[in-house]
Amino acid sequence: MRTNDVMLQTATKVVTFIILMFSVHIFFTGHYTPGGGFVGGLLTTSAIVLLMLAFDIETVKKILPINYLTMTAVGLLLALATASASIVFDVPFFTHAYDYFDLPLFGNTSLHSALLFDTGVYLVVVGVTMTIIQTIGEDE
Amino acid sequence: MSNLLLFPIIIPSFFAAILMIFPKRLKLQRVLATVGAGSALISALVLLTKVNTDGVQAVTLGSWPAPFGISMVSDPLSALLVVTSSIITLFVVFYSFPTIGVKREQSYYYPAVLFLMVGVNGAFTTGDIFNLFVFVEVLLMASYTLIVHGGEKPQLRESIKYLLVNIISSALFVAAVAFLYSVTGTLNMADLAVKIPQIEETGILTVIAVMFLVVFGFKAAIFPLYFWLPGSYYTPPIPILALFGALLTKVGVYAIMRTYTLFFTMNIGFTHELLGIIAILTILAGCIGALAYFDVKKIIIYNIIIAVGVILFGIAQLNQPGVDGSVFYLIHDMLIKAALFFLIGIVAVLFGTTDLRKMGGLIKTYPVLGWVYLVTAFGLAGIPPLSGFPGKLLIVQGGFEGPQFWGSIVILATSLIVLLSAVRIFVYAFWGEPVETVPLKKSVFNQMFIPTVILVTITVVFGVGAELFMPFISGAGEVLLNPSIYIDAVLKE
Repeated sequence: MRTNDVMLQTATKVVTFIILMFSVHIFFTGHYTPGGGFVGGLLTTSAIVLLMLAFDIETVKKILPINYLTMTAVGLLLALATASASIVFDVPFFTHAYDYFDLPLFGNTSLHSALLFDTGVYLVVVGVTMTIIQTIGEDE
Repeated sequence: MSNLLLFPIIIPSFFAAILMIFPKRLKLQRVLATVGAGSALISALVLLTKVNTDGVQAVTLGSWPAPFGISMVSDPLSALLVVTSSIITLFVVFYSFPTIGVKREQSYYYPAVLFLMVGVNGAFTTGDIFNLFVFVEVLLMASYTLIVHGGEKPQLRESIKYLLVNIISSALFVAAVAFLYSVTGTLNMADLAVKIPQIEETGILTVIAVMFLVVFGFKAAIFPLYFWLPGSYYTPPIPILALFGALLTKVGVYAIMRTYTLFFTMNIGFTHELLGIIAILTILAGCIGALAYFDVKKIIIYNIIIAVGVILFGIAQLNQPGVDGSVFYLIHDMLIKAALFFLIGIVAVLFGTTDLRKMGGLIKTYPVLGWVYLVTAFGLAGIPPLSGFPGKLLIVQGGFEGPQFWGSIVILATSLIVLLSAVRIFVYAFWGEPVETVPLKKSVFNQMFIPTVILVTITVVFGVGAELFMPFISGAGEVLLNPSIYIDAVLKE
């Protein structure tokens, strides 16, 4: 049985982008205020899940042809590599580095190595949650 | 500060993440899994020599000062256990090539094994009780993957039990950690060892100590919390069973060892006597199981439970021979259980069944296998000069020096039952009328047999050359009995 879900689909096309933008915002505010890779990743997943609800898994797979397990692996590697960089500098594992840079458009910005680690966390969270949801969803 | 002690944790996680990218490339999976486990073993050996020469190594992550950041500590005990678990993982990887099956190998088997190694090595190394919970979760996640790996019907049935038991015990773990934090205000193990003696109300701490005994008891399979183990361990294929049997329960045993020597020592009269009684009950329950079954897997699985009891009895005595013996027996047991599972795996493949009554006469066709099995069985029972003997001797001595001398008598008596249960496999499978065996290619047999023989050789060397290893063992025992060495290494960095 196919239901008429024009409204859901039309709304989703807009709302997905709002959620994605918000997830990016949450991801970047993460260092000094609540947020970060974990929450950002969950928000991104929720946007993709919304797409899956409004359309179907096959369509979303066509739009985003991503192997989520590979994504998890890449995220893990990125997070581990960032943490392990402290071994090269002979400081305790996980020690993070930061400095202030003058960037065009952004002005004086502080850049942290924690951001790279968080990117890894973000990829792992999106990868793992999407794998779980796809595995459960496909069985129907 | 030394990042070296983190290498046995970081290396396998790197390789596991890399292996996740191309699950179908069989050759590459095998090679990288071997390289990952092998280089972790090398780093663990380097770490052991460093700990032996320079004393306890500690690092607090993220350059935070010690009680606030997460401390990782490598004392002789943890370094020894990391080396042992790395050896076992490496041999399980070798043993998996011919036995686990291409289909399993191509669906994230090796990453799961390496992640299990990350969890086990992490749990042995961490110096923070909440971080211990995290690493236990890492190894549980990997073990969930491995226990359902392949998705056969009995595996799925048992994995539900396994999941339920472990989720409940993990929830209890967090609750116990929260109680401990609310009473002491710290979770750093060294800091706990400083703060707990200063607290006068030992009643609440005793309750928390018993809670931790329950939590770790679920993982270590002590009486009466071992009920989930025989069923859950029975279903996965032999390499996974060997990995579980050799490593997983030992993490629980290690956690009891660490907490009951380092900081839960405020009310020894109650907690350690309880531990001693439970240890003896565990041994008795394991003995009943080991004699009751005619299934090779079940017999060895119940022997895991017996060994857990023996090790914990040594710890409960809290004197030098008891603790040294426990450390020795723990390492012996990890190695010998892996070797035994490898051997019965070969026997089960040859007969196509695990039922002892359908076996017989293997000594005529595979004589070497038979004699290697007999040596391993004698090692398990603790016949001198094999590796079970020195540890058990010290534990029994510790018992006679302590208040629970009757426990030592039980351990001596049950050694005979252990011997009986292990030799029964020899009698049924290797003696008697020859039963038709499944034809097995010589090369496949060798691929299974060679890692097994090397592992058995290691246990024999460990037993015969016990004198060589005693400095390491008594070094580990010394740190366990003098918490101040551990505390100074962490807090006065």
